[in-house]
Amino acid sequence: MSLLTIDNLSIALPKGADRALAVKDVSFTLDKGEILCIVGESGSGKSMSANALMGLLPEGVTPSAGSITFKGRDLLTLSDDEMMALRGKDISMIFQEPLSALNPLMRIGDQIAEVFEAHDLLTPPERRKRALELLHEVGLPDPDQTIRAYPFQLSGGQRQRVVIAMALALEPKILIADEPTTALDVTTQAQILDLIEDLRKRHGMAVLFITHDFGVVADIADRVIVMQHGEVVEAGEAETVLLNPTHPYTRALLDAIPALTFRDSVEQTAQPILSVRDLDMTFTTRTGGFFKKPRVVKAVQKATFDLYQGETIGIVGESGSGKSTLGRCLVRLLTPQNGVVEIGGRDISKITGDALRQHRRRIQMVFQDPYSSLNPRSRIGTILTEGLIAYGEDKAAAREKAKELLTVVGLDPSAMDRFPHEFSGGQRQRVGIARALALDPEVIIADEAVSALDVSIQAQVLDLLADLKDRLNLSMIFITHDLRVAAQVCDRIIVMQRGEMVEFGPSAQVLGNPQTAYTQSLLDAIPGKAHEAALAKQKEAQL
Amino acid sequence: MLGFIAARLVKAVFILLAILVLNFVLIHAAPGDPAAVMAGEAGAADEKFLQDLRERFGLDQPFTVQLWNYMKGAIQLDLGYSYRQQMPVAELIWDRLPATLLLTATAFVISIVIGVAAGVLAAQTQGTWWDTLISSLALLFYATPLFWVALMASLLFSVWLGWLPGFGYQTIGANYTGIDRVLDIGKHLILPATTLGLFFTAIYMRMTRASMLEVSRLDFVKTARAKGLRNSVIQRRHVLRNALLPVITLAGLQAGQIVGGAVLTETVFAWPGIGRLMFEAISQRDYNVILGVFFISAAMVLLFNLITDILYGIVDPRIRLTK
Repeated sequence: MSLLTIDNLSIALPKGADRALAVKDVSFTLDKGEILCIVGESGSGKSMSANALMGLLPEGVTPSAGSITFKGRDLLTLSDDEMMALRGKDISMIFQEPLSALNPLMRIGDQIAEVFEAHDLLTPPERRKRALELLHEVGLPDPDQTIRAYPFQLSGGQRQRVVIAMALALEPKILIADEPTTALDVTTQAQILDLIEDLRKRHGMAVLFITHDFGVVADIADRVIVMQHGEVVEAGEAETVLLNPTHPYTRALLDAIPALTFRDSVEQTAQPILSVRDLDMTFTTRTGGFFKKPRVVKAVQKATFDLYQGETIGIVGESGSGKSTLGRCLVRLLTPQNGVVEIGGRDISKITGDALRQHRRRIQMVFQDPYSSLNPRSRIGTILTEGLIAYGEDKAAAREKAKELLTVVGLDPSAMDRFPHEFSGGQRQRVGIARALALDPEVIIADEAVSALDVSIQAQVLDLLADLKDRLNLSMIFITHDLRVAAQVCDRIIVMQRGEMVEFGPSAQVLGNPQTAYTQSLLDAIPGKAHEAALAKQKEAQL
Repeated sequence: MLGFIAARLVKAVFILLAILVLNFVLIHAAPGDPAAVMAGEAGAADEKFLQDLRERFGLDQPFTVQLWNYMKGAIQLDLGYSYRQQMPVAELIWDRLPATLLLTATAFVISIVIGVAAGVLAAQTQGTWWDTLISSLALLFYATPLFWVALMASLLFSVWLGWLPGFGYQTIGANYTGIDRVLDIGKHLILPATTLGLFFTAIYMRMTRASMLEVSRLDFVKTARAKGLRNSVIQRRHVLRNALLPVITLAGLQAGQIVGGAVLTETVFAWPGIGRLMFEAISQRDYNVILGVFFISAAMVLLFNLITDILYGIVDPRIRLTK
C-alpha cells in the first residue's frame, strides 16, 4: 500500500477567480523513499495540491471533492488540531523563497527548536543539542556559530539548508518541497538537490518535489506528474516521461528548454558600438557610528570589453558577481568610479545633466520583473510614448510609432489604451521590450529579462529577441544567471565572479571549453545534463 | 550599539543648539516685545518708561549680543529670567516638568497599549463586526477635536457623574502624603491622560492592524504553520513581533505630537504642566519662558526619538548587529 494516496482531489477557488477549480480530479500516490516530481507552469495547480496536503491552503480556497489518505486517515476530514499535530511531524514542507522563509527577528537555533516545542518534545537543552546536530547534518559550516545567527547573516543557500533542517527535525515520513531551488544560483541549486537526495536515502522519506524546471526533474525524479490548468495531463516513470512524452503539453514544455548549443560569433565591424575600458564600481556603505570603518564592496573591477553592431554579449555569473551592477553602470543608473564607457566614440562614464539626458536614449534597458517594471497606473500607450515625447517627438507621431512597436513585438495595437494589469507576464515583457525599442537605442541591456517567465513563455520571448536582433540589427548586452539561455542567445560571453571578469570569449569557446574552474563549476551545476545526453543518444538511435 | 547611542547623542546636542538659535531668531522677528506689553498694562506707555524697561531687561542691546548672552546662559542650563513671573525660567519649568512628563508618558503608554491591543484584535477578526466596531471607534476618537473630547469627558465624568476630579493635579488643601498622595494624583491623572491617549490610539490601532495583516502573508508565517505551531504562538511570536517594527517607528514620530497635544489637554484640565505654562507665556509675551518651554519640549521630542531608535535596535537584530 502506498504511503500517501490522493484520490480525485478537486480544490475550489473563491468566486471571481479566473476559473472555478484550482485543481481538478487529481489522483496520484506517493511511496516510501521515492521522489515524485510535480511539474507545471504557473497556475497549473501544482503548489495548490501540495498546500492541500499540509492543510495550508490560502484563505477562501477549499478542497471540494476527493480524498487524501495518509496512515489510513483522510486528511481532508481531520480537525484543525489533528492537522496541526501532523504538520512538521509526519509531513513537513520547504518553500521557494529561502530569504523570506525564516523569521528575521529570531535566532536560527530558536527557530529550529520551535519545531520540537510545537509538538511538546524534548527539554530545551535537548532541543538545542538536536538543533546543532541538524545544522551539522544539512552541511552548514560552523553549527555552533550558526545556531546563534540571525537569518540576515546567512546566504540564501544557507537559509534554505536551515529550512531543510527544520523540516527534517522530527524525521517526517513525507517531505514536500515547493520549488526549493528556484530562487537559488545554479551551483547552490545543485548542492541543495544533492542534499535532498542524500537525506532521502538516509532517512527513507518520500519526497514530493514541485518544480517548473525539467532539468531538475531529470536529475532527481523517480516518477513525474505533469500538470496543466489544474489537471494531471501525464504521469509516469521519470525516464519514460522525459524521453517519450505522450501529451503535447509535456512535449512543448520539454522543447521549450533551451538546449546547450552555441551560436557562432558575428563578424565584427571595424568600430565597436560600445567600448568599455577598466570600469570600476565600488560601493561604500556607512553603517552607523562615526568611528566605524565603512564597508567597501568592489562590485565591478576592471571590466573591459567591446560590443559590436548586431552582436549579443552575455554576462553570466552567480548572484553578487556584479553582473547587474555592470549593466547599471552602462545605462548610467550608476556612475562608475573609474574607467571609460564609450558609445559612438564618446566617453559617457562621467557626463551629467543635459548631456546625460541626451545619452540615455542611445542605450535602453529591459528589466527582470515584468510585474513591477511597468507603472500600474499608466496606460500602455503612455508607457511607450513617454520617452519619445520627452525627447521632443510630436504626440501624434509618438502614438503612431508606439502602435508600430506593439505590432513588432507581437501585440495588438489596441493594447495602447489598456493598463499593464490586463496583460500576462509574457505580454508585459513584450511591452517592456517595445518601450526599450521606442527610442531607437544603439544598445539594449536586458537584465535577467526572461528569468521570471515560465519556460514556454521564456522560449517565445527569446524567439522575439532573436527575431528583433536579426531584423533591426540590434546590439545587446544580455545579463542572465541561466547558462542555457546565455548559450542560446549570446554570441560572446563574459563570466563574472566577485566583480571580476574571469572569462570572456565566443560562447562556443567559453561554454564548450571553459578555461577556469569557476566556469566549469557553473556548467557542472546546470541541471538535466544527463537527460540531455540520453536524449542525444535516443536521437542518434532513431537516425 | 553603545557607539550608535553616542553618535545619536552628539547629533542631538547639535540639533538642540540649532533649535535654540532658531527659536530665538523667530521670536525676535515677531512684532512687539515684553516691554511694550508691560508698559501697556501699567497704563504708562511713554517713551521714557519703555526705555527704562528695555534697559532693565537688556532688550536695548543689539540682537546678536542678546543671542550670545542667551546661548551662554542656556549652555549652563540658565534659561533666563521671567520678567512677568519674577522667577528664573529654569525654575519655573523645573516645577512644571514632572506634571507634564507624567501626563504625556501615561498618555503615550495608554495610546500604545490600547492601540496595539485593538489593532491585534481587529486584525484577528478582520472583516467581522468586531473589526468594524474597533475601527469605527478609533476613527471617532481621532476625528473629534481633542479639546472637545476633553471638555465632554470633564463634563460627564466629573460634573455629572462626579466620579473623577475634573481639574488640577491634586486635591488642594488635602495635603495627602505617601500612598494617599499617589492615589490622589492618579485619580486626577485618569481623565487628562485618557483623553490625550485615546486621540493617538487610533493611529497605532490602524498601523498595528495593517502591519499584522501584511506580516501574516509573509513566507515565514507559513513556515511556522508548517512546523505545526499553535496559531496563538504564531501570532504572538512571529506575526506580532514583526508587525511592531513600523509601530515603533510611528511612536517615535508621534511623541512630538503628544507633547503638542498636552498643551490643549493641560489647558482644559488645568493641569499644572509646561503646556499650560507655554499657553500663559504666549499670551503674556514672556519671551524667556516661551523660549525655555520650546527648548524643553524639543529636548523631550529628541529624547523620545532616541528611545525609539534604541528600542528598534533591541527588537530588530538587523539594526543592532550591522552597526
